[in-house]
Amino acid sequence: MPVNETLSQYSDWSYTTAVAVYVLAMVFFLVEQSFGRKGRQAAARTRERARELVGAGAPADTGTAPPPVEHTGQRPRRDRSERLGRMGVALTVLGVLLHAAALLLRGLATSRVPWGNMYEYIMIVCLITVVTWLVVARKFPVRHLSAFVLLPVVILMFVGGTMLYAVAAPVQPALQSYWLVIHVSAAAASSGVFLVPGVASLLYLVRERHDRDPAAFARFGPRLPAADVLDRIAYRTTVFAFPVFTFGVLCGAVWAEAAWGRFWGWDPKETVAFVAWVVYAAYLHSRATAGWRGRRAAIINIVGFSVTVFNLFFVNLVTTGLHSYAGVS
Amino acid sequence: MITREKQRQPYRATPARRALGFVRNTWRGLTSMRTALILLFLLALAAMPGALLPQRNLNAPKTAEYIAEYGWWGRLLDRLQFFDVYSSVWFSAIYLLLMVSLVGCLLPRSLDYVRSMRARPVLTPRNLARMPHYRRAELPGGADDVLATAKSRLRGWRTSERTEAEGTRTISAERGYLRETGNLVFHFGMLGLIVAFALGKMFSYEGQVIVHADGSQFCNSGIFAYDSFNPGLRVDGTGLNPFCVKVDSFEAEYTDVGQPVSYEADLGYQSGEDLESGTWRPYHLEVNEPLRTAGDRVYLLGHGFAPTFTVTFPDGSVRTQSVQWRPVDQQTLLSEGATKFDPPGVTDTAQRRERQLAITGLFAPTAALQGKVLTSVDPRLTNPAVAVDVLRGDLNSDRSQSIFEVDRSMVDSGRLERVARENLDVGETITLDDGTTVRFDGVRNWVSLQVSHDPTQGWVLGFAVAMLLGLAASLLIKRRRLWIRVAPAAESDGERHTVVEVGGLARTDQAGYGEEFTRIAGDLLSRDRKAR
Ligand code: HEM
Repeated sequence: MPVNETLSQYSDWSYTTAVAVYVLAMVFFLVEQSFGRKGRQAAARTRERARELVGAGAPADTGTAPPPVEHTGQRPRRDRSERLGRMGVALTVLGVLLHAAALLLRGLATSRVPWGNMYEYIMIVCLITVVTWLVVARKFPVRHLSAFVLLPVVILMFVGGTMLYAVAAPVQPALQSYWLVIHVSAAAASSGVFLVPGVASLLYLVRERHDRDPAAFARFGPRLPAADVLDRIAYRTTVFAFPVFTFGVLCGAVWAEAAWGRFWGWDPKETVAFVAWVVYAAYLHSRATAGWRGRRAAIINIVGFSVTVFNLFFVNLVTTGLHSYAGVS
Repeated sequence: MITREKQRQPYRATPARRALGFVRNTWRGLTSMRTALILLFLLALAAMPGALLPQRNLNAPKTAEYIAEYGWWGRLLDRLQFFDVYSSVWFSAIYLLLMVSLVGCLLPRSLDYVRSMRARPVLTPRNLARMPHYRRAELPGGADDVLATAKSRLRGWRTSERTEAEGTRTISAERGYLRETGNLVFHFGMLGLIVAFALGKMFSYEGQVIVHADGSQFCNSGIFAYDSFNPGLRVDGTGLNPFCVKVDSFEAEYTDVGQPVSYEADLGYQSGEDLESGTWRPYHLEVNEPLRTAGDRVYLLGHGFAPTFTVTFPDGSVRTQSVQWRPVDQQTLLSEGATKFDPPGVTDTAQRRERQLAITGLFAPTAALQGKVLTSVDPRLTNPAVAVDVLRGDLNSDRSQSIFEVDRSMVDSGRLERVARENLDVGETITLDDGTTVRFDGVRNWVSLQVSHDPTQGWVLGFAVAMLLGLAASLLIKRRRLWIRVAPAAESDGERHTVVEVGGLARTDQAGYGEEFTRIAGDLLSRDRKAR
C-alpha cells in the first residue's frame, strides 16, 4: 500500500503544533499553580472543594463527617489565576484535537492503524494520558496541577518527534494482524493512563512529606490538594488501567502464540511487562495491607510507572528481542 | 463450654505445643498479606535479570559470548543461574512460596466467602448519623409505606428487614457481592494458570526444520527429522504426534524499498487417517497463520535460498545438488553456505578423501558487484549470482559439522585446498585444473518451519480469561451498604409522619459511592415519592 506523503506531512505539522500548544497550556497552568497570592487562593479553593468531596465519599474512618453540603450553585469569584487555568484547559483541549488529528492523518497516510513504530506509539500513549487527565481534572479539583502531567507528555512527545521519528511506512509481516490493533491499543491505553497515577503518586509523596514536616516543601506543599485526594486519584486511575493492561498482556500472549509459536517466551518485552504487572498487583495489595497504605503504596505506584517507561525505551532501543518496531534506527 | 474451661487452665508449653505453635506461626506468616506483598516484590525483582542479561534458552551463542567477555563475573553469574533465570532455583523458590501463600490465603477466604454469601446483611448501626453518608427527613405517611417504597427502590440489593427493640424498623441492604467473587475467581484463576503453565513446560516441545519449497516433505516422526529440537523435561522424543507436511511453493512480497510485506507458502499436510490413505490436504501457510494439526502447530519462521550446482567430473559423471544456504543479512538476504560433493565411483576411503569438493561462498538474490566483491541489494530474486571458492581435498565429513560451513581446520592444515575462486551468474561454469566443471544452474527457495507442541496452552488461556474477568469484577464493582431506619414522628397536625434516616458505607475505599447514595437517598426521601 503506497504512503500518502501529503497526509503524512500534515500529520507531522499537526503533531508539532500540538506539542507547542501543550507547552503554552503548561505555562498557563504553572502561572495558575504558582503565582503568588492568587495561586494560594486557587489552592485554598481546591482544598475547600476537596473537603466537600471527602464529605461526599469518604471511607468510614473519617468518622465525624459533616452532613453533606448542598451545592449553593454559586460560582466562586473568578480571579485572574482562575481565568488562566480555564484558558489552560481550553488550550489543552485544542492540543488534544491537534494531537488526535496527527494520529488520524498518520493512519490515513499509511492505510493502517497508526501505532506501528515507537514514534507513533508514543504519540498515542501521550494522547491517552492527556485525555485521561482532562477526565480526572473534571472529577477532582486538580486542574492547577495540569502542568505536572503535561510536562512528561511534552518531554515524551519531543523525544518521540525528534530522536525516534520514523517516516510513514507499512509495517513488517509479523505486525500485520488484527492483534496489532487490539494488543497495542490496550498496551498504549494502559500505559497512557498509568502516567497519571504516576504523577499523582509523586505529588502525593511531596504533600505527605509536607504534612509530616511543614518545613519541607514549605512553599510548594500547601498548594497541592490534600494527600487523600491525590491518593484517590492514583487509585482510581490505576484500577482502571490495570485490567486494561492485563487484557493487553493476554492479547499479546494470544498473538505471540500465532506469530512466534509460543504464547510466552520471556522475551525482554514480555518479561518487563510481567514485572510491571506484578508491581501494580503489589500496589493494589499494598492498599489492603496495614502499614503499607499511603506513602509506600505511592512509591510502589511510581516504581510501576518507571518500569513501564523502562519497557518503552530501554527494552525497545537497547535489548534485542522479537518485539521489533519497524523504523527505529 | 469445654473450650472455656480449657482456657482457664494454665498454659503449659510442651515441646509438641511449641512445635505446633511454630508451624502455625510460620503458616500464618507465610499466608499474611504482607508476606504476599514482599513475595510479589521479590518475584518482580527476580524476573528482571532475564530482560537485562542474555538468556541461554533464547540465545545460547550470545550467552556464551557474554560469559566469555565478562570473565570471572560472567562465570559467577552463570554459576548463580543468571542466564537461566526462569528455571533457576531462586526464581522457582519465590514462585513456589508465592503459590503456598496464595493457597493459604485462598482457603480461609473461600470459607469466609461461602459464609458471607449465606449471611443476611448486617444489623443497622445504632447511630446512622455517624456513617460517612447520611440523610434524614420527615415524610408524610406511615412506616409501612416508607418501607415498601424502599424495598422496591432497592431491587438488586440484598435486603433484610428487622424490627428493633424500641419498635423502630430498619432495612439493611448490601450490594456488590460480585466483587469478592471476582477476587476469588481471579486468584484461583492465577493458581490454575501457574500450574497449567508449569505442566506445559514439562510436556511441550519445539523443533525447527528447513524444508525446500519444491514439494519436499517433512514428517514429525522423531527428533532426527529436525535440525534443532527443544524438548520439555518430560519429552524424550518418542511418541511425537504423527503428521507430515509437504512444501509446494513459497512466495515473498516486498515493497519497492525491499521491506517485506508478506511471506506465504503453499503446503500439503496429512495427519490421522490421511496418513494411511495418503491424502494431502492443502494449507496456505502465512506469518500469523500457523497450521494446526494433530495437536501441534506448524509455523513459517523464515526463508532463504538454495543455489543449485551441477558438477561434471572428468569421468563424465554428473552430480546436481541444491543445499540451503543461510541468510547473513536479513535485509538483502545475502546468503552463505557450503555445497559438498563426493567424487562418484570412488570406493577407497583414502582416495575419496583427497578428491571431495566443496563450493562455498556467498549467494546474492539481486547481485551487485563492488569491485570484485559480491553484495546483494535486494531480497528479491531478480539477478541471482554467487561468489564461490571451490575447495578440493578432505572435508572431514565423518565428523558432524554444520551444513553451512566446511571444517576450517582442514583448510588450515592444508588438507582442503582452494582450487578456484569465481563470481558466477546463472548458467556460468568454472572449469577446474583436472577438467571437472562446476555450473551454477539456478536457485530454489527454502522455508524454515517450526513445529510447536504444548498440550496445556488451552488451559492457560482459559485460566487467563477467568483471571481477567475476575479482575475486572473485583476492581470495578463496589461493595456497599445502605441502611434505612424509620420511626414514627410526633404527631403534630393529626397526620401521620415518619422520620426516615438513610446511612451508607462503601466497604472498599473507592470513591464514587457518594453519587449513588445521593441518588438513592434522594429517591427515598423525596416527598412526592415518585420512586414508587
Ligand atoms: C501470586 C501473586 C498475586 C497476584 C499477582 C495478586 C494480584 C492481586 C490483584 C491484582 C488484586 C486486586 C484485586 C482487588 O483489589 O480486588 C488482588 C487483591 C487481593 N489479593 Fe492478591 N495476588 C496475589 C497473591 C495473593 C496472596 C498470596 C494473597 C494472600 C495473602 C492475596 C490476597 C489478596 C487480597 C486479600 C486482595 C483484596 C484486596 C482488596 O480488596 O483491595 N493475593 N490480588
